Amino acid sequence: MFYREAGQFKTSYTADMAVFPILQDRIGIAVVLVIAAVIIPLFGNDFLLQAVMTPFLVFALASIGLNLLTGYTGLLSLGTAGFMGVGAYACYKLTTAFPGVNVIIWIVASGFVSAAVGVLFGLPSLRIKGFYLAVATLAAQFFLSWCFIRVPWLFNYNVSGAIEVPTRTLFGVPVTGPNSLPVTRYLIVLAIVVVMTWLASNLIRGRFGRMWMAVRDMDIAAELIGIRLLHTKLLAFAVSSFYCGVAGAMMVFLWYGGAEADVFNINQSFTILFMVIIGGLGSLIGSFFGAALIYILPIILRIVPAELGVPLHAATVEHLTFIIVGALIIGFLIIEPHGLARLWQIGKQKLRVWPFPY
Amino acid sequence: MDLLYKVFIDPFLQMGGAPDLLVQTLWDGLVSGILYSLIALGFVLIFKASGVFNFAQGIMVVFAALTLVGLYEHGVPAYLALAITVVVMLGLAFSVERLMLRPLVNQPDIILFMATFGLTYFLIGLGELVFGGDPKVMIASELGLPKGAIEVKMAGGFVSLQKIDIAATVIASVMVASLAVFFQKTRIGRALRAVADSHKAALSVGISLEQIWVIVWFAAGVVALATGIMWGARSEVSFALQIIALKALPVLILGGFTSIPGAIVGGLIIGIGEKIGEFYWGPLLGSGIESWLAYMIALVFLLFRPQGLFGEKIIERI
Amino acid sequence: MRAPSGGAEIAAGDVLLAVENVSLAFGGVKAVSDVSFDIRKGEIRAIIGPNGAGKTSMLNIINGFYHPQQGRITFKGQTRAKMRPYEAAHGGIGRTFQNVALFRGMTALDNIMAGRTLKMHRSFFWQLLRFGPAVAEEVEHRRFVEEIIDFLKIQEIRRTPVGRLPYGLQKRVELGRALAMEPELLLLDEPMAGMNIEEKEDMSRFILDVNDHFGTTIALIEHDMGVVMDLSDRVVVLDHGVKIADGTPDQVMKDQAVIDAYLGVAH
Repeated sequence: MFYREAGQFKTSYTADMAVFPILQDRIGIAVVLVIAAVIIPLFGNDFLLQAVMTPFLVFALASIGLNLLTGYTGLLSLGTAGFMGVGAYACYKLTTAFPGVNVIIWIVASGFVSAAVGVLFGLPSLRIKGFYLAVATLAAQFFLSWCFIRVPWLFNYNVSGAIEVPTRTLFGVPVTGPNSLPVTRYLIVLAIVVVMTWLASNLIRGRFGRMWMAVRDMDIAAELIGIRLLHTKLLAFAVSSFYCGVAGAMMVFLWYGGAEADVFNINQSFTILFMVIIGGLGSLIGSFFGAALIYILPIILRIVPAELGVPLHAATVEHLTFIIVGALIIGFLIIEPHGLARLWQIGKQKLRVWPFPY
Repeated sequence: MDLLYKVFIDPFLQMGGAPDLLVQTLWDGLVSGILYSLIALGFVLIFKASGVFNFAQGIMVVFAALTLVGLYEHGVPAYLALAITVVVMLGLAFSVERLMLRPLVNQPDIILFMATFGLTYFLIGLGELVFGGDPKVMIASELGLPKGAIEVKMAGGFVSLQKIDIAATVIASVMVASLAVFFQKTRIGRALRAVADSHKAALSVGISLEQIWVIVWFAAGVVALATGIMWGARSEVSFALQIIALKALPVLILGGFTSIPGAIVGGLIIGIGEKIGEFYWGPLLGSGIESWLAYMIALVFLLFRPQGLFGEKIIERI
Repeated sequence: MRAPSGGAEIAAGDVLLAVENVSLAFGGVKAVSDVSFDIRKGEIRAIIGPNGAGKTSMLNIINGFYHPQQGRITFKGQTRAKMRPYEAAHGGIGRTFQNVALFRGMTALDNIMAGRTLKMHRSFFWQLLRFGPAVAEEVEHRRFVEEIIDFLKIQEIRRTPVGRLPYGLQKRVELGRALAMEPELLLLDEPMAGMNIEEKEDMSRFILDVNDHFGTTIALIEHDMGVVMDLSDRVVVLDHGVKIADGTPDQVMKDQAVIDAYLGVAH
């Protein structure tokens, strides 16, 4: 009854190609943005902002990055955390070397550094396909992890091997470092993520999205209609690593406030891969769903039993999370290999005909 | 100039200068290579028979070892614990077939691969929940495995060979030989190869997929148990072993995903390559290059032979 | 349609593509042995022969997907030892496949739009913002693609993911994608396979229209002799990788070697 397209005719191709062609979708996204940008900062407490929303957005951005590479272009990558780390350390080096420059600029610039590294490790993708490419990305991951620990220049020769985020300001308000407020950091992360999601959605709907998906679906046919495989694949690596790099920089600068040497390890790569799988390969909104589920689940597992009076050990929560995530992955792949995004689509489809069954 | 010397000349001089150290390093590389091969063997078994790349092989090694040690800690005598663990691995094979493989039959390989990711995490959580996350000591001597070392005088010095390593080499060789014979000569082995080629075709000639999968996952489970015992005896039983299992991937790349002899050759190349690389070139770059050297070797290899040493050349048809 | 870039301008009736002494082997298997023939601009050329004759391999060589060990390919006046897929596409060679090679994760519309990739030039930067020039370009190509959709009468299914379409419609979408490239030479690999009589008539009409209205040269592999006789201007016959006849449909049908090949008589 509510979600009807009847009567909504498009009179131009431009209107037909819009991101949200259906009016109800447009209203929905406006509501979500208002909640995110206004309601949550006004009424949310520090815990919600610092430990739930900001990390969720950071992981969502990293998931989008991985999704662009694996979901849209079909290049399985196990090096996501490594590229995030490149972004984080690049931002650190840039801002400590040029403290006067706005840190937001450095966060975005570090994406380019990460993109360059991504292209370098993506070069093998012309010769190596499918599963073997995943192993090549593993090489990238382990090598980069090793660099973060063993190359002292990266963490400014700090004895502990960890980096601490210095205070940086924007229009006089501290945005990073110990003096910044969770709400400030949240708003910046939100702004960056919204803009970058919009940009990603533009790319996907245009010719690059089609080129990537063509390479994913049948690269031979793609070549024969004139798509240059190497360029397309390298571009996917570049854009994906850019997103992961920015996510990594935001993770360190706007969430953790610092980083231990082994934060960007292989387990982090797997975590983001699971977010993408469960959320839905090849779906931007799926990246958000997946990040939400995988990140927020342990938090719920910690809070809910405590609220109900059944305290669970922190370690037990972690074990349970692993069990549940593992079972969820298998379950999802059995029931809906296309993840939460497809379930969402099916849900919308049902909503279209509601209250009729079909 | 100095750098060129350090990279291309000095390590070889070192090798020549202390040949007993070289032999020791080669031996250590051989042993770790054999252990990598065992893990790779588990992968090959399952991949050969079901086309599934079982990412959970590593955690199966840990899980098997933990079960064994856990039972012993609860007072079960060593050999009985071993027998019970074997039964547990059989139970695991049944569960995996019933709950994971059967619902996903005929799905593309990438889906099954991701399902084994899920299995990995599930087993990690379950293992930690049941056995606790602390490292444990493998009950090597209780199982009859030798302790101590033999000192051999050779190459101008002494080379120390751990008896457990020698035992591991022997046991691994026996296991590999019997598996190779099994695949080539027996009826079930043939059926396994048929299933690896095509599920649908195998079904249509009356091969029971379920039985085959249980058999092969059980075999992989037994290999995992043996690997867990060997690895655990040399160091300790902990969840860190699961990440080491990732090293089997470069082994598989070198040796091919479906070749048992390939798993051995690949394992030896990676094991020896790693140890030599770390010992003689490691100090140049900073320690710990073992963490990525194997993958880089595999990567370089892939660039020249995308199908591995023993794999089949992929000819694409449209 | 405008002529794509690259190569000389060929007048109607002149040789557009010629293969000379082309041989291709996979390991010990000889797919194509010393085959030579040409295709003239504006004609419909059929390539026929029993199964395993090397017909698809021949198309793959023209496309640049297989590289022959011997021989030369001359396309629009330029001679090469082998084609590269990008050169073939850029030079105006479009293709459909025996086993439909559509992009299964995309809708019919997107598949055909993918065929416009070579013609779309707006840079990455504009694509990122999707504003002004990028949108204008997208609309312009959408218009063109919609003409193809009208021509092939597949309006209802434009938003359907191609994996869900019945086989006959998939083949039409694939033809649409090839047409979107505005090819000078269109290679069709068994376009009628698996179709009933009505579908075959539809497809035949499409092929004739493409050839008539747009002047597209067509090379097609086909098993249905009725179709071959009706549609084609000239026919080349392959058997076991060797050319055994070359001429008009009437000539070829009466050729004893051809009859023997199809009847399985050893020769």
